[in-house]
Amino acid sequence: MHKKQSFAFSLVSLLCLGLLSCSQAGSNTELKKLTITGSTTVAPLANEIAKRFESENANVRVDVQTGGSSRGLYDAEQGLADIGMVSRALKQEEKPNVLTFVIAQDGIGIIVNKDNDIKALSDEQIVKIYTGEIENWKAVGGKAAPITVVNKAEGHSTLELFLKYFKLKNAQVKPDVVIKDNQQGIKTVAGNKDAIGYVSIGTAEYSIANGVAIKLLPVGGVEASTKTVGDGSFPLFRPLNLVTNTSPSPLTQQFIDFAQSKEVHDLVEAQNFVPIQ
Amino acid sequence: MTLWKLKISSLFNRLQSQADLLLISILRILATITGAIVLFIVFFLILEAIPVLQDEGIVPFFTDSSWNPAEGLYNLTPMLLGTLFVTLGSVLIATPLGILSAVFCQYYAPAKIAYFYRRLIELLAGIPSVVYGFWGLVVLVPLINSINPPGTSLLAGIIILTIMILPTIALIADASFAKIPEEYLIGAASLGLSQWGTIVGVVFPAAKSGLFTGVILETGRAIGETMAVLMVCGNVVQIPRSIFDPMRALTANIALEMAYALGNHRSALFVSGLGLMGMIIILVVASEIINEQ
Repeated sequence: MHKKQSFAFSLVSLLCLGLLSCSQAGSNTELKKLTITGSTTVAPLANEIAKRFESENANVRVDVQTGGSSRGLYDAEQGLADIGMVSRALKQEEKPNVLTFVIAQDGIGIIVNKDNDIKALSDEQIVKIYTGEIENWKAVGGKAAPITVVNKAEGHSTLELFLKYFKLKNAQVKPDVVIKDNQQGIKTVAGNKDAIGYVSIGTAEYSIANGVAIKLLPVGGVEASTKTVGDGSFPLFRPLNLVTNTSPSPLTQQFIDFAQSKEVHDLVEAQNFVPIQ
Repeated sequence: MTLWKLKISSLFNRLQSQADLLLISILRILATITGAIVLFIVFFLILEAIPVLQDEGIVPFFTDSSWNPAEGLYNLTPMLLGTLFVTLGSVLIATPLGILSAVFCQYYAPAKIAYFYRRLIELLAGIPSVVYGFWGLVVLVPLINSINPPGTSLLAGIIILTIMILPTIALIADASFAKIPEEYLIGAASLGLSQWGTIVGVVFPAAKSGLFTGVILETGRAIGETMAVLMVCGNVVQIPRSIFDPMRALTANIALEMAYALGNHRSALFVSGLGLMGMIIILVVASEIINEQ
C-alpha cells in the first residue's frame, strides 16, 4: 500500500514537472519551423547545414525528410514543404514554377573493380558496353571475362544524367544488375571483379580512401575527382539544388543564403561534394 | 430468504449481461476498425492505380515491349514471373528442410540439443531482412559470381528467401507435431511401427493442417519480402532464362522506384501493388478451399 502511494505520488510529480517544462519552452521563444524534403543525395548535407543553422538561430527547428528529387520539387511547388532538395539540373518545363539555388556540385564517375586492368575507356566504348554491343572485357583491352553492367533504377537523377551525357535511352541499356543507391553500387562493383558502374564521385573517393576495392575511370580523358569537378573540367556533373516556391518566406531565404555561404563549405566537403565557387 | 437470493442473482445476471453488452460493442468496434483498415488499403491501392489504368487499360501491363515507365512502357509480366519463380523456388526447398528439421527436433534429438536447436531457429526468425540482404550482397553474390557471373541472380534470391522462410515452417511444423495426442504415438508403437514408419504413417497425416498453415505463411512471407530480394536479385526487368540470370520481383520494383516516381509511373507502381495483393488473395482463397476439403 505504501509503495503504491509513493509510486502514485512520483507519477503525479513527474507529470507536473513535464507540464512545467512544456509551458516554459512555449512561453520563452516562439519556435519557427522549416520543412525540407526531397533528394536522398542532398539530404545528409542539408541535415548538417540545418544543424549548424539551428545552433546559430536558437528559435528555429529544421526538419529534413527524404523522398527523391521529384518529390522535393513537387512539395516545394505545392507549398507542402518550405524547401525542396533536387539533385539535378531542372528541366525547362520545371523552371518557371520554382526558384532554384545551387548549394554544391557532384560529379558522376565510372567505377570498376580495383583488380580490373583497364586504365581508361572512351565514351564510345562505355556506350557499347552499356548497350550490350561489347560483352567481354577482352574487346576493350582487358582480360577475357564477361562484363557485368550495373545500372541505376528508373527515376534516379544519376541515371538521367548518365543517359543524357552518353545520349542513351534507358530502354537501350542492357544491365546485369539494377541498383537503388550509390552504396549498393559501390558494394556490387567491389564484390564483382568484372563489374562496371557509375556513382557519385565524392562517395566513390570516400570509399576508395577507406580501402574499398574499386577505382574511378576518367571520362572524356579527364581524371575523375572532386578537384576536376570543382574546376569545371570534368564533363559529367550535376548541381545539387535547393528549390522554393516563387515567394519564399524571410526565414526560408535566410536558410538558403546560409546554405550558399562560405560558412558551410567545410560541411559540403565533409559530405564529399564540391562547394560552389 | 430464497426470494432475496433470487433477486440478488437476477441483479447480478443483469449486471453481467450489461458488461457482456459493453464487451460485445467494444469488440464490434475493434473488429470493424480492423476490417476497415484492410478494405481502406485495397480501396486506396485501386484509387491510386486508376489513372494509369484509365490511360492505358489493363492489357499493356502484359503486352508492352518492356518496363520503361518514363517512356510509357509498362510490361509487368517479367516481374510477376520473377516473384513467382523466386517464391516457388524457395518454398520448394524450405518446406522439406523445415519439416524434416522439426521431425529431428521432436523425435530424434536429445532434449537438450532440441531445446538449443529451437532457440537457434527462433534466432534465425528474428534477424531483420536487411541483414540477410547485406550478407547476401557481400558473401553470397560474390560466391555465385565466381561460379557464373554476374552473381546477382534468381539463385541468390531463392537461397536468401529459403533461409528467411525456413524458421517459419520449421517452428510451425514443430508446434503442430508437439500437439499430436500421445495416444497416437503409443498406439503406433504398440502396433510395432518403426519410428520413421510412425512419422510418415501417423504424425504427418495427423499434423497435416498445421503443416499446411506453415506452407501458406512461408509463401506469404516469400511473396512479400522486399529488402533482401532487392539487394541480391539484380533487379533487371527480364524473364530469367536460367537460375543464374538476374531478375526483378514486384516488391523490389515498388521499393526501387517509388521514391522517384510521379504521375503515371507512380500509378503503375500501385498496379504492381495490386498484382501483389492479387497473388496474396489467390493464396488465401486456395488455402480456404484446401482446408475445407
